[in-house]
Amino acid sequence: MDNLNHLLDGFVNVLTPLNLLFAFIGVVVGTAVGVLPGIGPAMTVALLLPITFSLDTTQALIMFAGIFYGGMYGGSTTSILLNTPGESSSVVTALEGNKMAKAGRAAQALATAAIGSFVAGTIATALLVLVMPQVVSFAVQLGSPEYFAIILLAFVGASMVLGSSRLRGFAALLVGLSIGIIGIDKVTGQQRMTFGVPQLADGIDIVVVAVGLFAVGEALWVAAHLRRKAGGVIPVGQPWMGKQDWKRSWKPWLRGTALGFPFGAIPAGGAEVPTFLSYVAERKLTKHPEEFGHGAIEGVAGPEAANNASAAGTLVPLLAIGLPTNATAAIILTFLQGRGLEPGPLLIEKEPVLVWTLVASLFVGNTLLLLLNLPMAPLWAKLLQIPRPYLYAGILFFATMGAWAVNGQAFDLYLLLGIGLLGFAVRRFGLPVLPLIIGVILAPIAELHLRRSLQLSHGEVSGLLGGPVAWVCYGIIVLTILWPLIARAIRKARGGKGGPGEGLMAELKDEVAA
Amino acid sequence: MTDTTPDRTHTDTAAQDVETQGGDRAQYGMCAALAGLGIVLLVNSAQLAPVASSNDSLGPKVIPTVLGILLLITSVLYAVDIRRGGVGAADEGEDVDLGAKADWKTVGLLVVIFAVSAALMEPLGWVIAGTLLFSGSAYALGNRHVIRGLLVGLAISLGTFYAFAIGLGVNLPAGILQGIL
Repeated sequence: MDNLNHLLDGFVNVLTPLNLLFAFIGVVVGTAVGVLPGIGPAMTVALLLPITFSLDTTQALIMFAGIFYGGMYGGSTTSILLNTPGESSSVVTALEGNKMAKAGRAAQALATAAIGSFVAGTIATALLVLVMPQVVSFAVQLGSPEYFAIILLAFVGASMVLGSSRLRGFAALLVGLSIGIIGIDKVTGQQRMTFGVPQLADGIDIVVVAVGLFAVGEALWVAAHLRRKAGGVIPVGQPWMGKQDWKRSWKPWLRGTALGFPFGAIPAGGAEVPTFLSYVAERKLTKHPEEFGHGAIEGVAGPEAANNASAAGTLVPLLAIGLPTNATAAIILTFLQGRGLEPGPLLIEKEPVLVWTLVASLFVGNTLLLLLNLPMAPLWAKLLQIPRPYLYAGILFFATMGAWAVNGQAFDLYLLLGIGLLGFAVRRFGLPVLPLIIGVILAPIAELHLRRSLQLSHGEVSGLLGGPVAWVCYGIIVLTILWPLIARAIRKARGGKGGPGEGLMAELKDEVAA
Repeated sequence: MTDTTPDRTHTDTAAQDVETQGGDRAQYGMCAALAGLGIVLLVNSAQLAPVASSNDSLGPKVIPTVLGILLLITSVLYAVDIRRGGVGAADEGEDVDLGAKADWKTVGLLVVIFAVSAALMEPLGWVIAGTLLFSGSAYALGNRHVIRGLLVGLAISLGTFYAFAIGLGVNLPAGILQGIL
């Protein structure tokens, strides 16, 4: 019951007029930026990080929660009203959502997305309240060997499970880790990979890396391939749903939530798999199969709920263990670290009110979002028509501001450009961004735990195996690495049908395309 | 929550296209860069003083060395994959048209404008460098209303300066306009 009291304290913190104002600003700005085409939730959060710099920690958390949910909701509006592929996890929303919009049912598509996001976000945040303390009480028992194993599992998950090419994912991870070790070695005080540049001694600030990869990299990439004609925006009025729409939406919302939350909570989770799963499930369960492919409301309601629920799910490992499982979570971790907060079981023990204030802000932000978005949708739709030169010039402008605000030095801007060019290259060559950013953030922590484990065992490698948690992690890692061989063996045993194993996402994509 | 991770499996048709075109050779550049990074890591870690301490049996050299070796191995496997016709699916997006050829002029111009603005940030200050960055980038991206671009740039530079630097205390340089703003 202690946690419930803390959560109530959190609500008390949030529900003051001034703090509600910060929550409101966060939601509005987050949605406005998230709606803009080409800006995904990760970039939204990265770009808006600097505006929280000067606030005190509680207010920054409150505003940040608003930005987080606002940015995500904004993305779904984009994919419904613009028929172009956006971020991978709103691809499914676009599938039916855009068809609905074209058939004159944009208002219903937006409504089911908004209300579904609210329902899923609220349930999933409540699940977070229930699950997080359990994970924390589990995590406090973990020592350095276990942490090291869990981080390795996250590396393998991010680089080898989600992407289409394991090799490219692994390459991206290695590049990220190499960036992550730049700076003074904390144990021996020696400078690594700094090449005598004094500004590199403290390492590259993760805000600069995140903004460079997500904002500058994306802007340069789009600049090289800018559509000559921007996609047509479908005009929309006030979102609303009829009785029939409600009837067809509520079950997909709940099913989407049930799929999204657990997938968000596991390392190598992310929103892509549950949104695709939800779409496939809804298409199988629907009473209107003929509508699928022509704008079925279930195909918007389910995936949108899954998307939001998985977002809340990612906060479980992030807050309880300090493990980011997707790009947005990685940037939230950056934000917390910048505040001098190291997420993990100790944070919740030392600063329970702070953590529960963040959770309370998520509830409040989510509710504000619903109240705000239903009436403001027509305005958001107008934002989609912003001239592209101004949009991408603006992204570069705000990225520069964010990078400058960190240390106030021109050196960071050159770094920003360099990392932006790296971001361009990984987009060009199909290297995933997620393992890269996770590598940068977790490299120092992984090394710390590795060295601490060896310290405890006096240099014996067997000390890394630790307890059962580490065994399970290494077991999963070995299985994941050997999976192509295993899959081939299974296929042979079954009679050699199908090509080489492409993984879960490839199969799901085939299923959706069918 | 959505990720911007490019996560598209290449289809059979894409693989066939590449075979007929002789592969996406530019990938060898990325491959070489990975190998280069690996070598830099190995050289750099070799230069570190070996520290033997009972408290830190691993020392500072092991991790960079392991990363360097893994990068070299990965780059070899990568090269093999490219030779066999492997392609990484380029990232898609709302405003991305992968059908057209890459527009290097725009990218180059943006990089130059960005670098110049970065260099001018300290001496001239946020408002002037920011205006230049915004209007220059918009021009590079195809905005031909130069005056309007400048005015919009000036407006958001001034706006952000007052809102963030003066209002919220974010660290932005005033530059030569110190005392005027």
